[in-house]
Amino acid sequence: MEPFNQHEGKVAVLNRSNVDTDQIIPKQFLKRIEKTGFGDVLFYDWRYTPDGKERPEFPLNQEATQGATILLAGHNFGCGSSREHAVWALRDYGFRAILAPSFADIFYNNCFKNGILPISLSDTAWTGLTPVIRGEMTRLTIDLPHQKIILQNGESYEFPIADYAKQMLLLGLDDIGITLRYQQDIDRYELNKRQPYQRVYGL
Amino acid sequence: MPKTLFDKIWDAHVVASAEDGPDLLYIDLHLIHEVTSPQAFSGLREAGRRVRRPDCTFATMDHNVPTDHPKDVKDETARLQLDTLKKNCEDFHIRLADLDSQEQGIVHVIGPELGLTLPGKTIVCGDSHTSTHGAFGAIAFGIGTSEVEHVLATQCLWQVRPKTMLVEFHGKCAPGVTSKDVILAVIAKYGVGFGTGYAVEYAGEFVAGLSMEARMTLCNMSIEAGARAGLIAPDDVTFAYLKGRNYAPSGADWEQALRLWRDMPSDDGAVYDAVVSFDVSEVEPQVTWGTNPGMGGSISDVLPRPEDCAHDVERANVEKALEYMGLEAGTTLLGVPVQHVFIGSCTNGRIEDLRAAARIVQGRHVASGVRAMVVPGSKQVKQQAESEGLDAVFQAAGFEWREPGCSMCLGMNPDLVPAGERCASTSNRNFEGRQGRGARTHLVSPMMAAAAAIAGEFVDVRTWLDREEAIGFGTIQPA
Repeated sequence: MEPFNQHEGKVAVLNRSNVDTDQIIPKQFLKRIEKTGFGDVLFYDWRYTPDGKERPEFPLNQEATQGATILLAGHNFGCGSSREHAVWALRDYGFRAILAPSFADIFYNNCFKNGILPISLSDTAWTGLTPVIRGEMTRLTIDLPHQKIILQNGESYEFPIADYAKQMLLLGLDDIGITLRYQQDIDRYELNKRQPYQRVYGL
Repeated sequence: MPKTLFDKIWDAHVVASAEDGPDLLYIDLHLIHEVTSPQAFSGLREAGRRVRRPDCTFATMDHNVPTDHPKDVKDETARLQLDTLKKNCEDFHIRLADLDSQEQGIVHVIGPELGLTLPGKTIVCGDSHTSTHGAFGAIAFGIGTSEVEHVLATQCLWQVRPKTMLVEFHGKCAPGVTSKDVILAVIAKYGVGFGTGYAVEYAGEFVAGLSMEARMTLCNMSIEAGARAGLIAPDDVTFAYLKGRNYAPSGADWEQALRLWRDMPSDDGAVYDAVVSFDVSEVEPQVTWGTNPGMGGSISDVLPRPEDCAHDVERANVEKALEYMGLEAGTTLLGVPVQHVFIGSCTNGRIEDLRAAARIVQGRHVASGVRAMVVPGSKQVKQQAESEGLDAVFQAAGFEWREPGCSMCLGMNPDLVPAGERCASTSNRNFEGRQGRGARTHLVSPMMAAAAAIAGEFVDVRTWLDREEAIGFGTIQPA
């Protein structure tokens, strides 16, 4: 997984709350058995008309957002279905960070597995980002080691992130690899805690 | 220290803890389906890893399955996905309920009915409605595909312990009101994000009086409130449901299981991070009017006016939703015509849901211009319904009687609602485009859906019931 350290990039603003994963990637694209190639169909129904033309009013179709790598959205982003295809689509499109006042749990977890940094914005940070929401500023710098969002005018806002999640992103770690280091703990747990109940809980 | 049901199960499954970090949680049951697993198996192959506990893993086919002729999958990408699951299960020695199996059905319907879902288990699946299984007193939650791969490889998951919330229901439901209406009313009142970060335990006299099917509907919709999991303490109703199921323990093992399970309910004095009290006696039949499950209300409610909204974002959301749904602020849904009715899904595709709908349908006929379908949640549900003659009731009334699968809940198979048309649906999500691009979904209970099919428009099902007929849906019949 590609590590995340500092990132500077263009921002796309999707000022809606409760953006669900059905909107991020509609069901007809979930039938593929690969992880790649979802970027073109990201936000499909919002981005394209039924005959496949771009909707000019949708943020990702506007000149100013071309090449955006940071997405700024409303609260409860990524609610609904657990489909990780939503995160694959955002990553494949080019997004490295998603900023929102709050996220749905499963989506939030899925981001870290794919090198995307989800940032939960405090009220202060959300208000501070007003020039970005209004389009007066178009770029941001994200500093993960210092947990800071830096505006073009030099103002900066801190953001929270759990330490283990931060390390995963900084180092680009594969967490299965990490867990396999706990092999002995898992063996011991199975022997001591699961084995006695095998006849109750075993398939 | 007194512990909650959630704490007891969680603590019993901690394999290791990272310092100031998440716990490594052991997973007892991993359920798998065709849509969210292929990339996980590819990951295992690329890394040369095996499945640690194939015996704790169970797969089924549900999302892509055509419900007219299940084995005639015309969509090539869907067929490839189903074939890929079969191959993966063969290569990694995982039990699969494929389309030939009598155990096949929607993953959240078959888990409980096969007795795979048991009190005290930790259960995961690459599907957000895994919260359903919490109805048995299990910690059950949906995961992404990377986590599916992680569980396949290690039988464990790193999880941050969520906060706990107790939702205590008071009062008794009015006739014609089901647990579906109650959970929709809760989400309408508190919003689609109120459970985020929490595992929610449902309790109270109302819950104790519910059948397992009705409890599963309640826990199923927990995710629509954003909750990580929904749980209900196991009791005699739970045990009666499970006894004798295919994979449930039997004989002396059953007795050992009962001793374990009876100790599981939350201790007196256990502390929750949040407590919500909710009176069910005032709940009326619910219908959603908008584009998320929280945008709903009672059937007779007046639809919100954007100008009455306190905040700009909320006003924009209401405006957008009403426009998408083709509805006018200030009107009601009573009398609004529907073109489609869908009875099924992991929320309301169980035998009791079909019985409730059939009692409304009996002796009546679907209105002209309405396409109505019943999709049983599993092969077992279908067989049971047929043995009770419910298929005949539905078909005589003009309903299509289909084969099991997720079907029109999300339209990954050919069961879609055309753009601009309206569907009364017993499923769980009314997101834009969920049942088809431009489709307008209204979430309702099975009884409300059945009544809408007959009337050709939304009606208050309570006006169709005499008191005697109404009592007993979703509740335990007095002995």
